[in-house]
Amino acid sequence: MNLPMLDIDRLSVSYGKVEAVREVSLRMQPGTIVTVIGANGAGKTTLLNAIMGVLPAPGAARFEGRDVSGDEVEARVGAGLCLVPEKRELFTTMSVEDNLRLGAYRLGSGAISEGLETVFARFPRLKERRAQLAGTLSGGERQMLAMGRALMGKPRLLMLDEPSLGLAPRIVKDIFHIIMELRASGVSILLVEQNARAALQVADYAYVMEIGSITMEGRAEDLAADPRVIESYLGLGGHT
Amino acid sequence: MNATIALYLAQDGIINGAIYALLGVTLVLVFAVTRVIFVPQGEFVAWGALTLAALDAGSVPGTAWLLVVMGIAATVLDTLRQSKTITLHAIGGMVVKDIALPVLLLLAVQAIAPGKPALWISVLLTLALIIPMGPLVYRLAFQPLADATVLTLFIAAIGVHFALIGLGLVFFGAEGFRTTPFIAETFRVGVLAIKGQSLAVLGVTAMLLAGLYLFFERTMLGKALRATAVNRLGARLVGIPVRSTGRIAFALAAAIGALSGMLIGSLTTIYYDSGFLIGLKGFVAAIAAGLASYPLTVMAALGVGLLEAFSAFFASAFKEVIVFSIIIPLLIWRSLKAPHSDEEEE
Ligand SMILES: Nc1ncnc2c1ncn2[C@@H]1O[C@H](COP(=O)(O)OP(=O)(O)O)[C@@H](O)[C@H]1O
Ligand SMILES: [Mg+2]
Repeated sequence: MNLPMLDIDRLSVSYGKVEAVREVSLRMQPGTIVTVIGANGAGKTTLLNAIMGVLPAPGAARFEGRDVSGDEVEARVGAGLCLVPEKRELFTTMSVEDNLRLGAYRLGSGAISEGLETVFARFPRLKERRAQLAGTLSGGERQMLAMGRALMGKPRLLMLDEPSLGLAPRIVKDIFHIIMELRASGVSILLVEQNARAALQVADYAYVMEIGSITMEGRAEDLAADPRVIESYLGLGGHT
Repeated sequence: MNATIALYLAQDGIINGAIYALLGVTLVLVFAVTRVIFVPQGEFVAWGALTLAALDAGSVPGTAWLLVVMGIAATVLDTLRQSKTITLHAIGGMVVKDIALPVLLLLAVQAIAPGKPALWISVLLTLALIIPMGPLVYRLAFQPLADATVLTLFIAAIGVHFALIGLGLVFFGAEGFRTTPFIAETFRVGVLAIKGQSLAVLGVTAMLLAGLYLFFERTMLGKALRATAVNRLGARLVGIPVRSTGRIAFALAAAIGALSGMLIGSLTTIYYDSGFLIGLKGFVAAIAAGLASYPLTVMAALGVGLLEAFSAFFASAFKEVIVFSIIIPLLIWRSLKAPHSDEEEE
């Protein structure tokens, strides 16, 4: 096996006295989609924020073999890590195009026009809305903009926190389609979802998280067939 | 009151209002980027005027020494704060940038000042001395508190204000000074005598406001500052170094403060503590605009300037009282309009 893209070893995060993530270890190979599924409050968002460096977290984090656990967010972005957060965190009073341009901030102006072309090709909707303020977009468009802004920075590992949250089923389908396209274009993806059914369908490998800990892991299709997963997360129709 | 006097007061009001507009806009800018309500802004105004006055008189301004002191303090404190992680390389960088450069500048000023340099050289020297103080103040006082609440930052800002006033007294003394005007002529338009310096104030203000507009609308760096203001986490996630955007905001604050001081230094006598009242009027304008809107801040600042000029005529003893009293109805109106704008969570 080649060097893992991301290697998290016994990472813990606390909010005050409450330990929201407890000694989580996680590993992903380059060019794959890995998903972390789990109920609301399991600690998935906390885990991604800690990997990104937004939250302080004891434990080791190696990205492409390099120890990033002491790095600031900016340095991790520079190394090729990128998070599309649950709340999107767009620059709402700025135009769609400015949001995208800022996504390439650390790459400099040379990367902007090429990046814009690629992103507009993937999300034609954003091109139509390029002059509009980000705050005026619909939920689906915001998610597209958040993903587009992340892609402008040419990440090697893209972390998506509930990309389907609050979106209409048709748009959810689009988003998952784009996630698969991104993998095909060489971006590794760490996907956090409550929509376990869709996540397990696109992922190569999966982890199940329950109250702060990883309780199960395995190839995505194996987990999708596991009775315990079916009962807790896929159920009758599961979450859609 | 007749029309001539009214025109005269209006001229006065607009000139002062222009300065308040610059300071108010800077306050809005610094607050948006760093969430610091920058009370000590006025000190840069006083130091700008006093530095220019000293150079005018052929002496070495206190700010030349002060910059060295601040650079040493910042280097020592940053080294202590990060004593575990800091590299020798980073310390070397600070020694060069924050100590060696200010020392060179001090030597240059000592060489140039006795020859009473031309006005434009003095202006450039003043800017070179004061602009770096903005980021230094940020590093010394606010950067370590970057995640604190607005209230904590405000209290820190008040502390910095008193510290800077004290330093001003030490380095400039209690005596007041005036600078030579940029434009010494007076122009007559009908009955009205317009001071050349008034035109300089308006011209420079208009250029600065236009420059700020272009900076924020057209440049990547300006947009990065706005982005930091709109969504700090979002800015960090795209790799904008939010610490350096804070430093840039403070550099702009120092630059605009110093320029304002140099502009009004010939219209009124400036003492080491004169900046506070001037800055406070910019503050009134910024508050009136909800610490949020640049155009509203400019309009409110002109209003404050006019109100001040006319109340100086009608009730000169109460001039300041009247100006600062309007903040009370303004605040009430604001709080009624936006009852939930206490503390935004990050
Ligand atoms: N800012 C916070 N302060 C305190 N507790 C928090 C905070 N954010 C999340 N938590 C708690 O941490 C746990 C994990 O939350 P989260 O990571 O958001 O879960 P998930 O993303 O899986 O829904 C929850 O119990 C939640 O209440
Ligand atoms: Mg979550």
